[in-house]
Amino acid sequence: MLDISVAYNRYKFLGYEFLTWLWFLIENEQNTINEIVQEPMSLEIGNRIVLENLRKEVLESITIQGDDAGLEEGIMALRKGAVVTEINLVYKGNDFESNFTVKGEGLSISGLKVPQSGHVESRKDMEGAVIEKVYLYNRVLQLTDSLFKQFIRLRGSNDWLSKVVPRIRQWIHS
Amino acid sequence: MGLLSSTVSVTRYRVEGKLEEPILDTIAKGLKENVIKDVDEDISEKRVGWTSFENPFMPDFRGSSFVIGTHMVFSLRIDKKAISQKTIRKHYAIEAAKRLAESGRQFLTRDEKKMIKDHVTDTLMLRIPSTPYIYDLVWDHDSSSLCFFSNLKSANEELETLFSQSFQLSLIRLFPFTIADLTMGLSDGERDNLARLSPTNFTG
Repeated sequence: MLDISVAYNRYKFLGYEFLTWLWFLIENEQNTINEIVQEPMSLEIGNRIVLENLRKEVLESITIQGDDAGLEEGIMALRKGAVVTEINLVYKGNDFESNFTVKGEGLSISGLKVPQSGHVESRKDMEGAVIEKVYLYNRVLQLTDSLFKQFIRLRGSNDWLSKVVPRIRQWIHS
Repeated sequence: MGLLSSTVSVTRYRVEGKLEEPILDTIAKGLKENVIKDVDEDISEKRVGWTSFENPFMPDFRGSSFVIGTHMVFSLRIDKKAISQKTIRKHYAIEAAKRLAESGRQFLTRDEKKMIKDHVTDTLMLRIPSTPYIYDLVWDHDSSSLCFFSNLKSANEELETLFSQSFQLSLIRLFPFTIADLTMGLSDGERDNLARLSPTNFTG
């Protein structure tokens, strides 16, 4: 395998493309998300999205923030060649809601909120709370894993350039 | 950042290598040998070590106290002491003036100045308490995966170093390329294909 730091820098575009594709799916193909995840759920854009235009000599960064913020400027940025570098997501499933931010560069998760666990008073309570929290965090990690793995399969296939990218271009320019 | 906090950050790792059997004893040994040591009565600027998740200020790795369910849960603790340059300058000026008065000279040599500065810094280091920073982790040995509850670069680097030193195992950070390369079971052809990918132009 490539040196880790070389691989990190050389292929961080995969994370940015993944988040750009994910935004496209959320806006246009929720059914595809359900098929990938194989559970009744919804995924929505949360209160923050960051785009960067890496094709220009000077880095251009656009941050759209706020609960009811319009994403038109984000679409404009995509038209100019930007990609999504960070996105806040709301994941709703049966009896479950989570909010978190994914950074494309390392696919690290920040600001992850899951339902509160019970009050901890004893070691037994603490163990129960840890097991519950780990389960809830894993649900979010499994969601991002499933979506990213589907993206990678697609990205390495002929369908990426022949089917997916034209649909994304159509969305950007519609 | 604590894994029971209302909001967390997560960096994921794949654990590479094999632990000596019995596994729990090997892990307990690694934790005990690299437990955080008190920095308060020391002139060190920083100390890094393992601590208990349940009781981070009185680490205890007896028995299987670090096992919760099917996971190993413990914490990285970094104790740091920080003295502002202004404080060092103030104490240096007082000490240098005292030495000049004692010796009756008007100047100090470069070596004397350095000795005074080192002495002042060490004395201050002994006097100030350290600030502890605690980062929890959850290690699932069966799936060779580890979640570290921080995205801070410095904390992640300390984790990677201490983990390797304690257990003789490597932590490989999971990011786009490593997730695809190490966790998806890609064929050789698919991996070659992955390595050849270049950025997509979405604008057409």
